[in-house]
Amino acid sequence: MAKVILEMKNITKTFPGVKALDNVNFQVEEGEIHALVGENGAGKSTLMNVLSGIYPYGTYEGDIIYNGEVCKFNKIKDSEEKGIVIIHQELALIPYMSIGENMFLGNERGKKAAIDWNETYGEADKFLKMVGLSDSSRTLVKELGTGKQQLVEIAKALAKHAKLLILDEPTSSLNEKDSRALLDLLLRFKKENGLTSIIISHKLNEVSYVADKITVVRDGATIETLDKSKEEISEDRIIKGMVGREITDRFPKRHDVTIGDVNLEVRNWSVYHPLYPEKKVVDNVSFTVRKGEVVGIYGLMGAGRTELAMSIFGKSYGTGITGTMLLNGREVNLKNAKEAIKNKLAYVTEDRKGNGLVLNNPIKINTTLANLDAVSAKNIIDKDKEYQVAVEYKDMLKTKTPTVEQNVGNLSGGNQQKVLLAKWMFAEPDVLLLDEPTRGIDVGAKYEIYCIINDLVKAGKSVVMISSELPETIGMSDRIYVMNEGKFVGELKQEEASQESIMACIMRSGRGE
Amino acid sequence: MTKTNFSAVLKKYAMAIVLVLVIILFYILTNKAILLPQNINNLLSQNAYVFVLATGMLLCILTGGNIDLAVGSVVCFVGAVGGVVLDKDINFIVAFAIMMLIGLAIGMWQGFWIAFVNVPPFIATLAGMYAFRGLSNVVLGGQALNLSKMDGFLKTFGGGADCYIPGSTMSLFGNDVNLTCMAAGIIGIAIYLIMTIYGRINTKKRGYETPPLLGDVVKMVIISVVVFYLTYKLAAYQGIPTSLIWVLLVVIAFGYVTQKTTIGRDLYAVGGNKKAAQLSGVNVKKVYFFAYSFMGLLSGLAGTLTIARAASAQPTYGQGYEMDAIGACFIGGASAYGGIGTVPGVIIGALLMGVINQGMSICGVDANLQKAVKGLVLLGAVIFDVVSKKEKK
Repeated sequence: MAKVILEMKNITKTFPGVKALDNVNFQVEEGEIHALVGENGAGKSTLMNVLSGIYPYGTYEGDIIYNGEVCKFNKIKDSEEKGIVIIHQELALIPYMSIGENMFLGNERGKKAAIDWNETYGEADKFLKMVGLSDSSRTLVKELGTGKQQLVEIAKALAKHAKLLILDEPTSSLNEKDSRALLDLLLRFKKENGLTSIIISHKLNEVSYVADKITVVRDGATIETLDKSKEEISEDRIIKGMVGREITDRFPKRHDVTIGDVNLEVRNWSVYHPLYPEKKVVDNVSFTVRKGEVVGIYGLMGAGRTELAMSIFGKSYGTGITGTMLLNGREVNLKNAKEAIKNKLAYVTEDRKGNGLVLNNPIKINTTLANLDAVSAKNIIDKDKEYQVAVEYKDMLKTKTPTVEQNVGNLSGGNQQKVLLAKWMFAEPDVLLLDEPTRGIDVGAKYEIYCIINDLVKAGKSVVMISSELPETIGMSDRIYVMNEGKFVGELKQEEASQESIMACIMRSGRGE
Repeated sequence: MTKTNFSAVLKKYAMAIVLVLVIILFYILTNKAILLPQNINNLLSQNAYVFVLATGMLLCILTGGNIDLAVGSVVCFVGAVGGVVLDKDINFIVAFAIMMLIGLAIGMWQGFWIAFVNVPPFIATLAGMYAFRGLSNVVLGGQALNLSKMDGFLKTFGGGADCYIPGSTMSLFGNDVNLTCMAAGIIGIAIYLIMTIYGRINTKKRGYETPPLLGDVVKMVIISVVVFYLTYKLAAYQGIPTSLIWVLLVVIAFGYVTQKTTIGRDLYAVGGNKKAAQLSGVNVKKVYFFAYSFMGLLSGLAGTLTIARAASAQPTYGQGYEMDAIGACFIGGASAYGGIGTVPGVIIGALLMGVINQGMSICGVDANLQKAVKGLVLLGAVIFDVVSKKEKK
């Protein structure tokens, strides 16, 4: 048995209101590629952030033992000095700097007051060669495609003398060919240099291709570690580990809801990326939603779900949008969010802090923001009415707050989500596009959100619920569309839907079948 | 009142309290001179342009900490054009209209680039700062233009010796006071009280919740007393300076717009969270355009007030006015990131700066030292803002 290079013992990490990691134990041996798999929000990234010092020593409980010594990292630099280098999912390169400059950013060659550019570029070229890139290190990063940028990230890590490389979803933005090349590179480094890597991935085919061991994380705990040298690991086996939790009564039942006519229909909808107009993010998607129906759109992060919803909502995302959209059988062309709202559409964002709420404003102002006209006459706001509306929605959604004058930024995640829902319910939509409506909120608040969704469809509204949580999608939806890499790859009725059948849709499409 | 409530109130009115403390300080240092009728009159009329510009600047800052560097140059340019027009013996009302239109047009010009072409506001207005300074020189041919004969113009916009609302005088508390001024002040207070009380009654009648009575009463008493005191002091000098009327118009109008209208709400929303505002159907471009257009319009008014007060137009006027306005906003509690700030707040900020200036002048502090103190006050205000926000988290 090889030497254990890293051991994480009894790691517990709590965020306000959420226990992200609960007594996690995790071991990595020297020279292996170890995969971490689990659903979004299971705690994989949090675990790696603890390891790399992003969450400094003292903000979590438990021990990190690396190379036999207990480590107390206070910042990323501390872990990098030991040779632990993390490469994040979002590329952290600065586009208007050259490869060389990026590679040694914060780690500059030469003296502090006099950077040695010859050494910088010389060294950089050396590392680029190692990862198989033939571009000059003087090339600006913005000239490179995402595949090459990911290789630059790896070269950058090597330049920091990485002994343990952590890759967070390294292939999420890469195509098949680049992904394969990247994985082969990792295998080569393992063989030639004995490099240890931890790879976080959703793509199970890649995981089984590259990993020696696979650790499954679920609900902030490590469930099991599968060893490829001991047993044959199929994708089904991994999925079972990932989703194996029991579904009990986590979802309220819907009673007396009649599903009516088609409310929203989208046909052949395609959207391109706003910055890279050649990149298709939503690819020829068609779907319908009926009155009184909850339609789930399941997909992993980056599948194009948010992009689809926002592009429907008055072209709030993307360029070159094509396709037709019908509301109540009438074709509409919504040019902006305002028209979308007017046509009784609502988009409840997944990013409530970034895109949803004005955090330094009180609840009452946030509640009416999308439908100010309803509390004003001739552009003059009736503040009494506004206050009353806010109180009404506060009571209806059971938002926990002393008063509606409270700034939204001071509320917990679940209560912020309720304010966000209140804002869009007050806009009186017929169709609500809910994007990850329960992200980052605790189980109790989730249940309440589900009840609100049930009340909405009971009132004849249509709900499109985007989620990357399988149990939630299955538990709440009348019908489920499965989305992967911009396409709809499956449609399942409630009775056909199971965690395995949904994952199978994604796997099939990932393999190009 | 609970303890947390009390500290919240303290925080909300922190700058007003600081203003009172500073006035008391100078009251002692200047041996009561700071509250002489003439000094109060000067404080208000000298700083009229700051009140006007700070109100406009608040609109820009609310949209996300965006500032307008060009206002000083625009004030000068508007004044230059106005001076030339007045010099041609054109009716001063027409001249005033021209100045306002030019101000508005400049604001729209800058707003267009900022809102619709995405030119960063700092750069768009820096360009304006250079351009309109230069153009003022061109318009005036590099010369000063004497306007001291434009009697009607000066009287209307707060310049010359005779720019007060006339009225007969009588003796009150040992001073000869201007009766028109006293009457206006008392009527003003009455209207304010009636509106507040009526508003409360109306709110209650419609079945809505009303804010705590005590807070409202305290506020009403304080505001009434302060207004009455200022009125009395002004009346004891020469009455209401006409420039003050313009300032009041601006403050009331924009105080209303920012607090009670949807466009005002949009300003706060865009500054508070641009993406959220956009997804809530707010037309963000329009909001930027609105803010800068009205900043331009108010620069036009400030230009008018400036040349009237100086009774001349010169290519050097307005220098540093943008900084006075920006400073007043930040001292008055506007957030450098946008989305926070009120018109009364920035007026208090402007007053605080004005009082410090005047107090130091009366004490005979060197003008350069005064600038240093002003700088420190600004820094202190922003530190207060940042630190008090940190405490919350």
